[in-house]
Amino acid sequence: MTTTLPAYDEVVARYEPVIGLETHVELGTNTKMFCGCPTDFGGEPNTRVCPVCLGLPGSLPVANKAAIEAIIRIGLALNCSIAEWCRFARKNYFYPDMPKNFQISQYDEPICVDGFLDVEVGGETVRIEIERVHLEEDTGKTLHVGGATGRIHGATESLVDYNRAGIPLVEIVTKPITGTGALAPDVAKAYVAELRDVIRTLGVSDVRMEEGSLRCDVNTSLNLPGAEWGTRTETKNVNSLRSVERAVRSEMLRQASVLDAGGRITQETRHFHEDTGDTTPGRSKETATDYRYFPEPDLVPIAPDPAWVAELKAALPELPRVHRRRLQEQWGLSDLDMQSVLNAGAVELIEATVAAGTTPAAARKWWLGELSRRANESGVELAEIGATPAQVAELQGLVDAGKLNDKMARTVLEGVVDGEGSPTEIMTNRGLEVVSDTGALTAAVDEAIAANPGIADKIRSGKVAAVGALVGAVMKTTRGQADAKTLRELILERLGVQG
Amino acid sequence: MSDLIKMTATEIAALVAGGETSAVEVTQAHLDRIAAVDDRVHAFLHVDTEGALAAARAVDERRAAGEELGPLAGVPVAVKDVLATRGVPTTVGSKILEGWRPPYDATIVQRLREAGTVMLGKTNMDEFAMGSSTEYSAYGPTHNPWDLSRIPGGSGGGSAAALAAYEAPLAIGSDTGGSIRQPGAVTGTVGAKPTYGGTSRYGLVAFSSSLDTPGPCARTVLDAAVLHQVIGGHDPRDSTSIPQPVPDVVAAAKLGAIGDLTGVRLGIVTEFVGEGAEPGVMAAFRESVDALTKMGAEVVEVSCPTFAYALPAYYLIAPSECSSNLARFDGVRFGLRVGDDGNRSLEEVMSLTREAGFGPEVKRRIMIGTYALSSGYYDAYYGQAQKVRTLITRDFNAAFERVDALISPTTPSVAFPMGARTADPYQMYLADLYTIPTNLYGGPGISVPCGLSEGLPVGLQVMAPTMADDRMYRVAAALESAVGTFTPPAL
Repeated sequence: MTTTLPAYDEVVARYEPVIGLETHVELGTNTKMFCGCPTDFGGEPNTRVCPVCLGLPGSLPVANKAAIEAIIRIGLALNCSIAEWCRFARKNYFYPDMPKNFQISQYDEPICVDGFLDVEVGGETVRIEIERVHLEEDTGKTLHVGGATGRIHGATESLVDYNRAGIPLVEIVTKPITGTGALAPDVAKAYVAELRDVIRTLGVSDVRMEEGSLRCDVNTSLNLPGAEWGTRTETKNVNSLRSVERAVRSEMLRQASVLDAGGRITQETRHFHEDTGDTTPGRSKETATDYRYFPEPDLVPIAPDPAWVAELKAALPELPRVHRRRLQEQWGLSDLDMQSVLNAGAVELIEATVAAGTTPAAARKWWLGELSRRANESGVELAEIGATPAQVAELQGLVDAGKLNDKMARTVLEGVVDGEGSPTEIMTNRGLEVVSDTGALTAAVDEAIAANPGIADKIRSGKVAAVGALVGAVMKTTRGQADAKTLRELILERLGVQG
Repeated sequence: MSDLIKMTATEIAALVAGGETSAVEVTQAHLDRIAAVDDRVHAFLHVDTEGALAAARAVDERRAAGEELGPLAGVPVAVKDVLATRGVPTTVGSKILEGWRPPYDATIVQRLREAGTVMLGKTNMDEFAMGSSTEYSAYGPTHNPWDLSRIPGGSGGGSAAALAAYEAPLAIGSDTGGSIRQPGAVTGTVGAKPTYGGTSRYGLVAFSSSLDTPGPCARTVLDAAVLHQVIGGHDPRDSTSIPQPVPDVVAAAKLGAIGDLTGVRLGIVTEFVGEGAEPGVMAAFRESVDALTKMGAEVVEVSCPTFAYALPAYYLIAPSECSSNLARFDGVRFGLRVGDDGNRSLEEVMSLTREAGFGPEVKRRIMIGTYALSSGYYDAYYGQAQKVRTLITRDFNAAFERVDALISPTTPSVAFPMGARTADPYQMYLADLYTIPTNLYGGPGISVPCGLSEGLPVGLQVMAPTMADDRMYRVAAALESAVGTFTPPAL
């Protein structure tokens, strides 16, 4: 690509973006969607398979009730209507990682429809309409070997692992999201983050984007103000929250440059590349594949008892948005402060740190300060930084006990992030403990008073503020291992001055 | 020894249980018979001599140890090659599965093993159960023991011929549009299609999922009922299996055998006694109706006008489902693989495999079904056929408000000569004209021998409401008590 992309500000000034998101979530049920094979991640290839998920002749699927319960709970949490009667459908196409050469999915009768999810972007609430939530089975994984790229082109062999085949997959589809303008990329990211939090709260999936248990396809189009919606592209392979935002932004820029040049957008699937932040074209959808959907005759319809659905609804846990409101109140934060906690992805971390005995203010200070800085530097999510809420609570405990001062605590935290051990271990190993032996400290104070008679006189004459200079001097001789507050009191005491 | 092969399953079971003969002796007698006649009949695709004798020995050991034996312990069974049998070749009559040995047993096969029956082997069939003559088997046709130049019906011609040729006293079939009943009719044997969901489909290689129904084949109604009882009942591995006990078909068969049908109302399907059937078939049918009336049944005519649309609806629904069910035969995971020389793409290998592995009738139906499910045609074909299916069900429901069971000839003609209809698919399809409505409705149907026409067997079909399989057994057993059984000429 040699085209120069227009500036983002200019793009959103000229065009209106319409986005849509299709999110796939692997459910964390113990067994697969239509058989009794285990679902845990990993495992030698083709060891978690049976006649059913291998699609052997004669085998039949039986729907997993736990998966149906999970999707109904997701639907309820997303404010959807739950169908009283619906069916699975077969989506027919040939592909070797699909054992039956059809996928059991849902077509015109999804189990959950017409919901919404409110997300917050820049202090504003945006309501994302949910079109449908349906249940289907995952495919196997194809590995192309012998080629340079790992893709089918140039490969000498293709290997298929069916361990993943038949894992229950929930697809959540939004209605087209309009009117978000320049915020479109942020809205997309906020939606996926909120959706992830909701599903995690329900406990039905571990929603790990890096392991593929939450996967996202992003539809993007641009149109001139007041004009009809433009042709959309579908960007696949968007595997982190940051990528969701980048993918929308990059696709908006690319489409704008095509449109600016008088070109037209091809309806196609595009692949997002983490490294460059670009999308490249995949297969064209101009000639739509005919999946020949029809109701799955091997499965009886799903007809959830309304009383059961009502029970599930009543038993839903506190959802993230409500939960956050409550935390904000408990922590005494302004909307703006809460927003920065959210933006940093620190809500749960702070909550867990508080639960481990730290004050909200202290917990927030560490996670939003030192740790966020480190996370940004290394380009990782805050939760992946390497320090746990328990460790942060332990660190703050040492500060509160007067064993570490603020500066030392930050050094210890560096050690925690670098994997040197627990805060207490690092403190001991690095010999960082505050000098609390008053005998040694008193000697150091007396030494400092003797070395700085002028300053001592100033303090004695009432200029207490000058004590800082003596504190600094003692800190220097003790190499910082004294607690500043204790030290200040000791100096005043030795000089016979009231603090 | 030769007496053993002429016995009914119930008689054999009693002899084995009483220690008057052994399961091994019974099994060996049938294996000997297969060895003597099957080169002419070709009922079997695979004879599992070792497995059968081992199963028989196990039954004899259990008996010797004083263990209680099931109602069919020691009785040999021939199993249609459409059911997965662990470690035993399962081809569905197709080249595409040649050499495939399933790693698992179909539920029905598992139940047969648990009941102590002895599986002799796998029987011939039209490829993927698509056909009415067993001529579409990729492994050569089966011959009708009544006249080796004629077809034994299909798709389960192998199972029916094995019974008629005394190669087995019991057999398993599967009925999607008549594949148990029509072969039963043209071989002078009994074939029952249970209520859809009354017998498990787990392990039955699917042709048309919403129609396929495995069921019992035997030489007497009572034997069929006992086998039905053993293989039937709820299976949690089949979502469409009905979670209810099997209706007491054995008691019903015994009740019917008394020969008293007082209070039973039977309806002759008006649409099936018109011009379509051969005069000889109609004559045998009319005589049977007289016999039923004499036993006290009240017989009326019942019109089911939508049955006329059953055949076209069936030939949209069954191919549609088959086009999807048969997609998995692509050479990737099992069975035949053609053209994998390292230079061809996956798509080419899949195409070459399917091109070489499927026969003409299977390809025809895959193409029809693929077309019928296509976007833009779905509503006009598959959708419309489903509506017809609903109307046919309504006709059945209305009829069963007036009568307890419906009767008709099983098939319009006696066994036709081999090759007579292979050139004209539509003529072949007509063999199932009277049996297909039951499949679309989901109720049970049974074919019972009712007479001969020009020396060839004619079958009478009894159709009952869903989960009232016992009713049809009662009527069939009564008819059998009146007209007797029919023995083919010696082979």
